[in-house]
Amino acid sequence: MKRHLPLILLILAVIVVQLLTRWTDTAFYLTPLTMTGYYSLVIVGLCLLMGYAGQISLGHAGFFAIGGYLSAMLTTKDLMPLKETLLLGLCDKLGLLVQGQDMLGVASLQMQPWAACGFAILATIIVAYAIGIPVLKLKGHYLAMATLGFGIIVYRLALAFPLFGEADGISGVPGFPLLPGLAVSGDFNSRVSNYYLAWGMVALVMWLLVNLIHSRVGRALRAIHGAEGATNAMGVDTARYKLNTFVISAVLASIAGIFLTHYNGGIGPSEAGIMKSVRYVAIVAIGGMANLWGALVMGAVLNIMSLRGMFGSYDDAVFGGILIVIMLFAPQGLLGISLSATFKRIFRRGE
Amino acid sequence: MLKIKNLEAGYGKIRVLKRISLHVNPGEIVTLIGANGAGKTTLLAAITGLIRATAGEILLKGDNLERLKPEGIVFRGCSLVPEGRQVFATMNVRENLVLGAYVQHRQGKRQLQEGIEYIYDLFPVLRERRHQLAGTLSGGEQQMLAMGRALMAKPALLMLDEPSTGLAPLIVKNIFQIITRLREAGNTVLLIEQNAKAALRVADRGYVLETGKIILEGSSEDLLTNRDVQRAYLGRDVKEN
Repeated sequence: MKRHLPLILLILAVIVVQLLTRWTDTAFYLTPLTMTGYYSLVIVGLCLLMGYAGQISLGHAGFFAIGGYLSAMLTTKDLMPLKETLLLGLCDKLGLLVQGQDMLGVASLQMQPWAACGFAILATIIVAYAIGIPVLKLKGHYLAMATLGFGIIVYRLALAFPLFGEADGISGVPGFPLLPGLAVSGDFNSRVSNYYLAWGMVALVMWLLVNLIHSRVGRALRAIHGAEGATNAMGVDTARYKLNTFVISAVLASIAGIFLTHYNGGIGPSEAGIMKSVRYVAIVAIGGMANLWGALVMGAVLNIMSLRGMFGSYDDAVFGGILIVIMLFAPQGLLGISLSATFKRIFRRGE
Repeated sequence: MLKIKNLEAGYGKIRVLKRISLHVNPGEIVTLIGANGAGKTTLLAAITGLIRATAGEILLKGDNLERLKPEGIVFRGCSLVPEGRQVFATMNVRENLVLGAYVQHRQGKRQLQEGIEYIYDLFPVLRERRHQLAGTLSGGEQQMLAMGRALMAKPALLMLDEPSTGLAPLIVKNIFQIITRLREAGNTVLLIEQNAKAALRVADRGYVLETGKIILEGSSEDLLTNRDVQRAYLGRDVKEN
């Protein structure tokens, strides 16, 4: 029960915030709040990887972009010229394709959003395993550098290919109908349902992750963070655990990318940028590394501030600065420090 | 229980262990003593599968351990108490013990609790500190926790790597008393130590390892009175006797 108290609080807070925006007539807040919900999925996934398994990733914006770009591309690009190929013929038979018309009334062929979503997640899993198997043998800053390299490659690929819209990204992404009457889209009338959808997913993922970290698997992950060699000596397949955690957090980032792309109706290369990855890492650090709820709360607060433009054009600088300050003065995270002790430490250093 | 035949192992081109053979019988405490760089830790790494043997074989209860990954070897009943204790500092004492039972996950909650109670009876201080974070324990308590954690896997063979490292003499004595109690409880122990005198006092038999070769083997009493051992490892000048 104690374990589920924060979850209940989260659900209550989500409902209260929605009601507040309704009563105060500030429903425009629901858009940044919905986007924040999806970014929170990336952040809690990264928190599982960094805080619990103790592995850093500076490439999570890359996984977010793989999900977002693939689903955007498959649901917007005309696949008609490829219709005769074996793979697409198979997709057609399985009912994964949808006939449409482009602006000039010419028949075009796109993939169903849920099929595109499936392909994007599958691609993420493949890429995450392909990257994770060699890279997770590294430790500390070598791991950080390797994942950073991965992030840069994804960013550059997104910029380089006309297929991905180069610097413009992909726009005109259709909504993602999940259930009758419920679609992931930026449609004005479905603002409330999308808000609840995003935060409902956050609550679901939090419930899964909280159960995971309190299970035998979670205990093994925390032990890996503490003493990897000794964990191995207890009979835990540490390499497999690290890899699977990496893939889980990559898939969460990818799902966030897919949903946010359908919600925004497009995606641009900035979502794949290095500063995005740094931002995710910074937020996890501010939340207190091994603190899923801390990461969620700090992520929500900072993302809303950022999306509402409170940091102006200094957005990236603010997150970089926060990371430095946190590492120096509050490595346990903002929610994990006692303020008086920190002040004492700072002043003692000054003497 | 454990049988090692003509084992050769090392790192890269460096051959550390040169055709080592030894065995541990069920219910025995066997100690392996030797100076720094003799190959003690390399031998443990080879047994636990962290490095691959280049020749020879390692048999546990008649099963060949070659080609098994470290976790597979733990599943076969071979638990290691690592050098320097390596407790999980950010987890409490009880969680450390529960993690030790990782390979016993098919057992029910009641059996797990019984296992933990057994460890608490063996090390009463751990019961007192069960909710404390392992990182806040003293060195001796951490060593007890590391031993308890390894015992939670109900191993057929318990291997201790330098349990006396960095502990006060009084605590070392305490730890070695516990090792004798482990034998009384029917455990089989392979004890790797630099503290030759203390190790030989609790062990039934011993091996002396020097630059990758076993140069002496015998009962503990024989080794304790052996002049070479005395000179090299017990710090006693031969003339004094």
